[in-house]
Amino acid sequence: MPQSADRVLDHAPLFRQPEYQEMFARKREQFECPASGEAVEAQRDYARTWEYREKNLAREALVVNPAKACQPLGAVFAAAGFERTMSFVHGSQGCVAYYRSHLSRHFKEPSSAVSSSMTEDAAVFGGLNNMIDGLANTYSLYDPKMIAVSTTCMAEVIGDDLHAFIQNAKNKGSVPQDYDVPFAHTPAFVGSHVDGYDNMIKGVLEHFWKGRTRSAGEGLNLIPGFDGFCVGNNRELKRLLDLIGVSYTLIQDASDTYDTPSDGEFRMYSGGTRLEDVAAALNARATLSLQKYCTRKTLDYAAEQGQETHSFHYPLGVRGTDELLLKISELSGRPIPEAITMERGRLIDAMADSQSWLHGKKYAIFGDPDVVYGLARFVMETGGEPIHCLATNGTKAWEEEMQALLASSPFGASGQVWAGKDLWHLRSLLFTEPVDFVLGNSYAKYLERDTGTPLIRTAFPIFDRHHHHRFPVMGYQGGLRLLTTILDKIFDKLDQDTIDPAKTDYSFDLTR
Amino acid sequence: MSLDYENDGALHEKIIEDVLAAYPDKFAKRRRKHLSVATPAGAEETAPAEETLLTECDVKSNIKSIPGVMTIRGCAYAGSKGVVWGPVKDMVHISHGPVGCGQYSWSQRRNYYIGTTGIDTFVTMQFTSDFQEKDIVFGGDKKLDKVISEIESLFPLNHGVTIQSECPIGLIGDDIEAVARKKKKEIGKTVVPVRCEGFRGVSQSLGHHIANDAIRDWVFEKQDGEIAFEGTPYDVNVIGDYNIGGDAWASRILLEEMGLRIVGNWSGDATLAEIERAPKAKLNLIHCYRSMNYICRYMEEKYAIPWMEYNFFGPSQIAASLRKIAKHFGPEIEEKAEAVIAKYQPLVDAVIAKYGPRLKGKSVMLYVGGLRPRHVITAYEDLGMEIAGTGYEFAHNDDYQRTGHYVKNGTLIYDDVTGYELEKFIEKIRPDLVGSGIKEKYPVQKMGIPFRQMHSWDYSGPYHGYDGFAIFARDMDLAINNPVWGLFDAPWKAKPAPAFLDAAE
Repeated sequence: MPQSADRVLDHAPLFRQPEYQEMFARKREQFECPASGEAVEAQRDYARTWEYREKNLAREALVVNPAKACQPLGAVFAAAGFERTMSFVHGSQGCVAYYRSHLSRHFKEPSSAVSSSMTEDAAVFGGLNNMIDGLANTYSLYDPKMIAVSTTCMAEVIGDDLHAFIQNAKNKGSVPQDYDVPFAHTPAFVGSHVDGYDNMIKGVLEHFWKGRTRSAGEGLNLIPGFDGFCVGNNRELKRLLDLIGVSYTLIQDASDTYDTPSDGEFRMYSGGTRLEDVAAALNARATLSLQKYCTRKTLDYAAEQGQETHSFHYPLGVRGTDELLLKISELSGRPIPEAITMERGRLIDAMADSQSWLHGKKYAIFGDPDVVYGLARFVMETGGEPIHCLATNGTKAWEEEMQALLASSPFGASGQVWAGKDLWHLRSLLFTEPVDFVLGNSYAKYLERDTGTPLIRTAFPIFDRHHHHRFPVMGYQGGLRLLTTILDKIFDKLDQDTIDPAKTDYSFDLTR
Repeated sequence: MSLDYENDGALHEKIIEDVLAAYPDKFAKRRRKHLSVATPAGAEETAPAEETLLTECDVKSNIKSIPGVMTIRGCAYAGSKGVVWGPVKDMVHISHGPVGCGQYSWSQRRNYYIGTTGIDTFVTMQFTSDFQEKDIVFGGDKKLDKVISEIESLFPLNHGVTIQSECPIGLIGDDIEAVARKKKKEIGKTVVPVRCEGFRGVSQSLGHHIANDAIRDWVFEKQDGEIAFEGTPYDVNVIGDYNIGGDAWASRILLEEMGLRIVGNWSGDATLAEIERAPKAKLNLIHCYRSMNYICRYMEEKYAIPWMEYNFFGPSQIAASLRKIAKHFGPEIEEKAEAVIAKYQPLVDAVIAKYGPRLKGKSVMLYVGGLRPRHVITAYEDLGMEIAGTGYEFAHNDDYQRTGHYVKNGTLIYDDVTGYELEKFIEKIRPDLVGSGIKEKYPVQKMGIPFRQMHSWDYSGPYHGYDGFAIFARDMDLAINNPVWGLFDAPWKAKPAPAFLDAAE
């Protein structure tokens, strides 16, 4: 009996004990009818070949381990960035359980959203009654200042019309006539979570801007985009903007929503962009999106209103941050203060100190289109080479932008761009054209195990490590954090490879 | 061992009235039927001791959630792919429809297994047909056909495929059964279409039922010819154990020690072969009644295999269950069962001696699914803890009847509780521990109340069996007696900090 009260073994050590090992062998031999060891070995070897890779890349219908989620997740995340806003997802209720779990697992925070809980009868008769009753319940129970409505694929397939439904519900008295209920159609079978983000932000802006006359001012709007690091990033952005002294509105700021303190009180709502600020943002001089592919429709809408618009690709690293700050300085007419120049210099200092360890390292980078762009750009600044750049929700246009980015640096010469491919494709790529490190989210831990390529966690979702999202990766400070994360992995790997006494430990150096 | 305590029923009645006051009238009326306080059972019970009903805890259940609230429930797809089929390890489970459902359920249920993932085993992978707008417009059957061909070409060691339908499939009228029949012929393997669209039914519960029916119709009924199998009189199936954190393994080791042979483990760490051979067993042992009673009833009817419920949480129920199971097989096995109980008694004593004093008298509120709202109660009581409230996400009437065997007088009972109600219940009762899911974890912890995820064992486990009980006890202790709960109040806003016990191993 391996277990004892003195030293309680949980699953990690428990099942390695001989009793369990023997039991597993018995089960396998007597009941499982498994594929033979040779067959498994042969298939394992085959799956590492160029031949398998070609077959794998030729896939037309099957998607395996995609690096994207569906639109409503983006809409729920977007709504979480506004003051006292409850996300209301119109459709089947199981979806909402999934969005809430997904966000909670990443942020380790509460994630509030309600569902209109449509079932079979709603599929036949439409979900109008669910909207009427649902808005009334949400309004009375959760006391939100705004209810942001999005849809699941069910509501979209049966063709529920949100605009009409919400008006109907208001007429029935579910919520007051002048109550804020912005909405967005977010079909799960179109695009991905970045489009859901876009649709919801546009829905919110339209709700507050429609029918109002713009009087152009000097302020700037910044839209961060779908960002699993919003807690650290948004706060860092605000710090930098305050240092420059710009008048700005961060439209969709979930940094406090997903980072409430533990002091005995559960805050269902915390922080978020104030609704009056959203309304006033119509008068901004310009709207800047930090993630172009999260805001394509939103920026078009802002431009239609007469605003100047600019977009970035998840601006991080030296040049990424430079560009953003320069643009802000240019638009606001405010110079970049010395304090920020010093911060920049410190990041450069750190990069110079570590450059020998970073130079020539090869990376596979995957994630949302803008995130991949930003990371690849930073990696090249450190002398690293992005070899595989993959976005399951990447478009043809993104592919072209990535190609241009890679062509802009000699370190991009071996880079390949994989739009629309998934992590099972990436597995083949890593076997046939290996790299030193993978930059991406937690799902790549399976790639790390299968291919032996160390994973550096930098994106969304990160389920299996804690608190990364609390630290920025944007700005020069964020760059320092990202640089350190990458270096830690490089040194950990080196230590791991040189740790065997009397075999490899001559390179197990103390000072580096 | 069973603790003798009574909850404050009057207080609980009052709390129910309070939460209902927040709803619009129509929905207060509807929600009232789902909330109650356990009352003493009628005296006419003449059942054997272990089957005596302690209380009545009748609430309405298995009814549509009201719109516009934070129901904690999932959907039929979650019940089929997420619970029943997903853990079958040598089959490829296609999330058929848009990308999201497969993505959010990918690797989230900790169904442990042994196998080479991506080669002969596929549980922690996400296979999807990734529906696009054109698939909605033109139908997805052709795409599904191709998806299965590509699976066959890239993952040839799979032993079969299941098609887990997402919402749009049923709405656009795809004929996945026809595709399944065609592909079965083509690839010569089991292909199972499962109509578990998320809008079906009122919770994940219907998904379990549909998944069970799919096993009946597309595995059992489609078996051609006799499967070679050398049986013994001691062959059993373990049904409704999903091997969360290795639960099924910590159970299997006990059943094997008492001389039984487990033909099939459903469906944690299961292979298709184990499911196919299940009709050869002599007895079905069912742990999660709610999710798999359907197939047990079918096997009883069709193959005359009796079934028996058991509970492997906590030493009192483990011992009672081992004895009940052994009784079915006669003296030889009964003797071995006693030997197993005796063998583990010192471990049980040591665990209770170590953790009991740290946990005694602590109150617990539960809100989970399946069997746990009742089955874990006695495990807590074995440690001297008391259950103040419990409820189910997707129970039916018969689950609440069964709950009456476990809960004490005055216990607060809540069915399909909404986020609002649960928060208020917890706020007012202020238990020492809450056991629920990821969506409930962080709000509760912010309130300064210790919490354990009782779906996933909070990434720990196993909790089944004697080995699991030691982990369960340790985990409840580390949750409740961590010093962090004493740090919530800033000293400049100080109330006296509660005294905490010393750290345990």
